[in-house]
Amino acid sequence: MLAKRIVPCLDIKNGRTVKGVNFVDLRDAGDPVELAKKYAETGADELVFLDISATEERRRTLVNLVRDVAAQVNIPFTVGGGISSVEDVDILLQNGADKVSINSSAVKRPQLVNELSQKFGSQCVVVAIDAKKIDGEWIVHLVGGKVPTELNLFDWAKEVEERGAGEILFTSMNNDGTKDGFANDALARLSEELNIPIIASGGAGNMQHFVDTFKDGKADAALAASVFHFQEIEIPDLKEELKKQGIPVRL
Amino acid sequence: MKIVIINYGAGNIQSIRFAIERLGYDAILSNDVEEIKNADKVIFPGVGEASSAMKMLKATGLDRLIPTLTQPVLGICLGMQLMCKYSEEGDTTGLGIFDVDVKRFENIVKVPQIGWNQISGLGSKIFNNVKEGAYMYLVHSYYAPITKETIATTEYGIQYATALQKNNFYGVQFHPEKSSTDGAMILENFLNL
Repeated sequence: MLAKRIVPCLDIKNGRTVKGVNFVDLRDAGDPVELAKKYAETGADELVFLDISATEERRRTLVNLVRDVAAQVNIPFTVGGGISSVEDVDILLQNGADKVSINSSAVKRPQLVNELSQKFGSQCVVVAIDAKKIDGEWIVHLVGGKVPTELNLFDWAKEVEERGAGEILFTSMNNDGTKDGFANDALARLSEELNIPIIASGGAGNMQHFVDTFKDGKADAALAASVFHFQEIEIPDLKEELKKQGIPVRL
Repeated sequence: MKIVIINYGAGNIQSIRFAIERLGYDAILSNDVEEIKNADKVIFPGVGEASSAMKMLKATGLDRLIPTLTQPVLGICLGMQLMCKYSEEGDTTGLGIFDVDVKRFENIVKVPQIGWNQISGLGSKIFNNVKEGAYMYLVHSYYAPITKETIATTEYGIQYATALQKNNFYGVQFHPEKSSTDGAMILENFLNL
């Protein structure tokens, strides 16, 4: 049976992990490769690297990082942040990334989704969508949730699916950082209206939240950062709990 | 041991090379007929779309070479599918090594299948020391139905073939290079054939 996936997310700036990494047993928690290996060994199913650096050196640094991760980590990983062209994606995939995640660049130029899926296949195109519920309507936002668009979450998700996205990574800005659980109503609706996998993001605080997002939110994967980085939740414990509650996981 | 990864422009070849290096071997990337012929082990990767990958194989003459190879050959993901007779993807005639037509998953399941799924009915030396029900990482929209060449099956809406074997030819739908320690075991078993 296809397992539900647990996906730690690492924010990367200038080739180093930033914010909230506090692993007691790592020599250098700022080293994304060491952290990635640690997660792979403890049962993470997949990793996401989100590059938030804004320097001119960023592309070369990111490519080197991707290569180092691919050389040392034996589980799949996705790279996101600032990707806006076929060339960007080509060099990341050539260096060992399995998937790329695009967000603002897809909103600005939706045709990018078609171009990427035609050239590289849908399986490596993740469209990340940040949305906020305003007066009962889920509105897509850009720049980490700061800038609202005219787009409705469900319409936009449907559109990118039709354009060839292989997965949706949905972050609820209402839930992100709250540690109050994932946005399961919106996730369930996405899962019902679309026929591609949905990754839940934003709101993880305890193990029950993961159970709920797989059961009620019908998510295919769940992404979190700080609960894993601060070892508030250990992935082996989380997987045991999920299994106990009848959710298929890879142990 | 000389290991050649066929490099015809399709897919994530670097990851397979790294996985082989993690096992302590080196691999050469090549599309040179003589180099491939002289290899002890040949890996035939592939990610992307079937008809365009097939075109790239034809452009280099590799479509004629691969079925004539006599050393162990391992097709991975799209590589496995191209070793089949036909694929619905892009209405593509394959290399015809495996006597099976590749089909698209019905929309009763999410397509593509992305993630870790279990392999069962393991019937080949390449699965030595791998347990029944082990999880492998899969990313695909098309599948090979079960035939007598099937050496492992997976369930996704239906039971289908996740691994095939005919003589010296092996094909796996999953990505051993991305499937943690069990995936590494399968690669190592293949290299030790």
